[in-house]
Amino acid sequence: MSAHLLYAFGGVVLCGMGLGGFILLSHLLRKLLAFNIMGSGIFLILVGLAQHGGGAEPGMDPVPQALVLTGIVVAVSATALALVLIRRYYYLTGQTVLESSAESGRRNNDDDPGSRKDGAL
Amino acid sequence: MKAWFATFVVLAVCVAFTGLLAVTVWDIAQTPALVQLPAMVAEKLSESGVKNPVTAVLLNFRSYDTLLEIGVLVIAAMTGISMARTPTLEDPELRTSNELLFALQRWFVPLMLMVAGYLLWAGSDRPGGAFQAGAVLAAAGVLMRLGARPMNFLRPGILLRLGLVLGFAVFLVVALASAFAGEAFLDYPEGWTKVLIVTIEAVLTLSIGMVLLALFVAGPVNEYGEEDDPV
Amino acid sequence: MTTWLMAGLLFTPLAWAAITLLLSFRNGRWVSWLGMLVQVLVSVGVWLLVVDRGEFYHGLGGWDAPLGIELRVDGLAIIFVLLTATVATACGWHAGMYLDSDKPWQKHFWPLFWFLWAALNSVWLSGDLFNLYVGLEVITLTAVGLVAVGGQADALRAALRYLLVALVGSMAYLLGVALVYGEFGVLSLAVVRELQAENGVGMTLPLALMLGGLAVKSALFPMHGWLPPAHGVAKSPVSGLMSGLVVKASFYIAARLWLELGHEAGSLALAQVLGVLGSAAVVWGSWLALRQKKLKQVVAYSSVAQIGYLFLLFPLTLSVSEAVSLQAQQGVTLQVVSHALAKGAMFLAAGNLILSVRSGEVDALAGVGRFLPFSLFSFGLAGVSLMGLPPSGGFAAKWLLLQASLASGQWWWALVLLAGGLLSALYVFRIYQASFVQDSDLDEFYHPPRSLELVPMILALLALGLGLVVDPMLTLLGRPFGEGSVP
Repeated sequence: MSAHLLYAFGGVVLCGMGLGGFILLSHLLRKLLAFNIMGSGIFLILVGLAQHGGGAEPGMDPVPQALVLTGIVVAVSATALALVLIRRYYYLTGQTVLESSAESGRRNNDDDPGSRKDGAL
Repeated sequence: MKAWFATFVVLAVCVAFTGLLAVTVWDIAQTPALVQLPAMVAEKLSESGVKNPVTAVLLNFRSYDTLLEIGVLVIAAMTGISMARTPTLEDPELRTSNELLFALQRWFVPLMLMVAGYLLWAGSDRPGGAFQAGAVLAAAGVLMRLGARPMNFLRPGILLRLGLVLGFAVFLVVALASAFAGEAFLDYPEGWTKVLIVTIEAVLTLSIGMVLLALFVAGPVNEYGEEDDPV
Repeated sequence: MTTWLMAGLLFTPLAWAAITLLLSFRNGRWVSWLGMLVQVLVSVGVWLLVVDRGEFYHGLGGWDAPLGIELRVDGLAIIFVLLTATVATACGWHAGMYLDSDKPWQKHFWPLFWFLWAALNSVWLSGDLFNLYVGLEVITLTAVGLVAVGGQADALRAALRYLLVALVGSMAYLLGVALVYGEFGVLSLAVVRELQAENGVGMTLPLALMLGGLAVKSALFPMHGWLPPAHGVAKSPVSGLMSGLVVKASFYIAARLWLELGHEAGSLALAQVLGVLGSAAVVWGSWLALRQKKLKQVVAYSSVAQIGYLFLLFPLTLSVSEAVSLQAQQGVTLQVVSHALAKGAMFLAAGNLILSVRSGEVDALAGVGRFLPFSLFSFGLAGVSLMGLPPSGGFAAKWLLLQASLASGQWWWALVLLAGGLLSALYVFRIYQASFVQDSDLDEFYHPPRSLELVPMILALLALGLGLVVDPMLTLLGRPFGEGSVP
């Protein structure tokens, strides 16, 4: 087991943590952080796992490194956009979660478990 | 009690998922990859115009990915700006007057600009490049925004939009121009590769810096309380 | 010539995006209408090229796979390119007249619209797993931007929910890609398929991860909760784009993956689970559509149901005969096309109806039948296709799926098809019933311009007439999902 694989396994753990956090946490910022943890885990797997090839020098596969750079930029953009939306959402409604208590009360009457939230026009 | 049980189930599922993933990763790591892409990259590196293989992959072999990636940045910035409701993104009310901050600005902003320039230049044969340089540039902008430096270019007007789209547009124009000269899109003409890649990287740095800065300042900073929409 | 056509599909929409970013909504409209004309011509050009030359691969930037990104131009991709040209042009044409050009934020519509078009074309054509990921993310962010534009609280809530769910879906897909790259060392789907067939490597977890992530992004039951708010809160032309095209992109990738890698890496259980979830979506989505109070929510829940049908592709193409698999693929392709046309028509018509009664409630439609028969008629025509009555495209699609499920001995899917048709008839008739209620105290309706009413009518007629041109279309399809169809 090489050192690179250690990164991959670290990534696996981060993935699991991120997934759990994303499902369990309701605060929007924490959800976003959980998404970022998951993303970092996947980038680590992508880079770490790719270096096991017995070819040339290990640790020198530039392709996954380039992919991860692209992936990071995409994740940064998505995170920044989500932050702007969250801040404006908070500014307008004062909420940090997607459903307010009033809505979750209404949800009990709504019989669709998949779409408990409101659906405005 | 019910909530506790749900939490337990989610945690159990996540642990099981992590385990399964770890086993799969271990399995995959036992055998070398079937294709050795690094060897191909190394073989074609001399045709790519840059010495750093990562930059070669980003801006030559898989340049379409990079073009779309810059598109993602522009989209995010645009959507962010469309949320802004103030006439200027740089809010005078937010300016603080703090001696320490001023000192930091005086020392750090020029330094950061230099670091950004270095990162941009280093990108052709070492780790570095447009995104890193742009991020440092944006950080300098954030530092300036915290202090009393008015940044008029951050008005959500035509200049801001021009700056956001500049890097993307130059990339696209190069793609178009290369098609006139060569055979395929994004197939840089021989001898020009280095010049074009450095040009693309330079304008990209500027645009990326502006995109990140625009996203930083686009969200409303006021506390919750104004229910009515200003526009 | 090929180079220019490929560039026309992938790069000119990006150029229109960059140009319209600098313009106001009104000026952007003229530029965009010109752009749509160009895109339609280019799409038809590529179609003629494929008819003439046959299916081919095209390496971008002069680099072929596996080093570069390869485009795969085949019959199925062309059908989707043409479908995108049709639906996007209709929605863009409608949007130019429908959206309020006095609102300062509307100027962001056109660049987002063009980025979306560019990314859709890139997803239809790309044969590279990572490039597909980037394309998907461009689609997600533009779609979120289009929903959020305007920045009202309910729009933000819908956009945020959509964004978070879609991002996690993308992450699952990317994780699958990372594992595939670790195993094979390449990203080209065609090369991965060859290597897998030669070496017989089991790739169940990566495939399941990718399919799972894509299913979430396609709003498969029970992960459909984000779709109705997002599609309901968006402006009608945007809803048309979202329902017609955006959700199809993730399904398209899932279908490609399944048909290329499924017979080695897929399992019967996975296929049946996806089929059952799809069936549940058909029944549950239709049932909820029946119970919604708002017009656009009815249409949005109907999308959840209609997307459910698509997931019958998975059980109907695994371990069945070549003929049955082909039939199922043709049925699903037809379902995608007819649903995109019909749902585009429905959302645009619903937008007109809402514009005239100034309310989004179903009950507010009372009496509208007397004032706005044209848009209501378009709505009904599109409904015919959703119900699957002849001669619509929906009928042809469901007929093929019905035959495939009976021929493969999986008769239980036939029950789902029948139940779904019945339920969709109920929710379409419910709208009609509400519109023809006579005791309306409203006697003033705003009449939208004729051209606004024309666009949904054209789309609805296309959806209806699709059944008549099934044969020529399926000829183009040949073997719908390319040479890699599952035996």
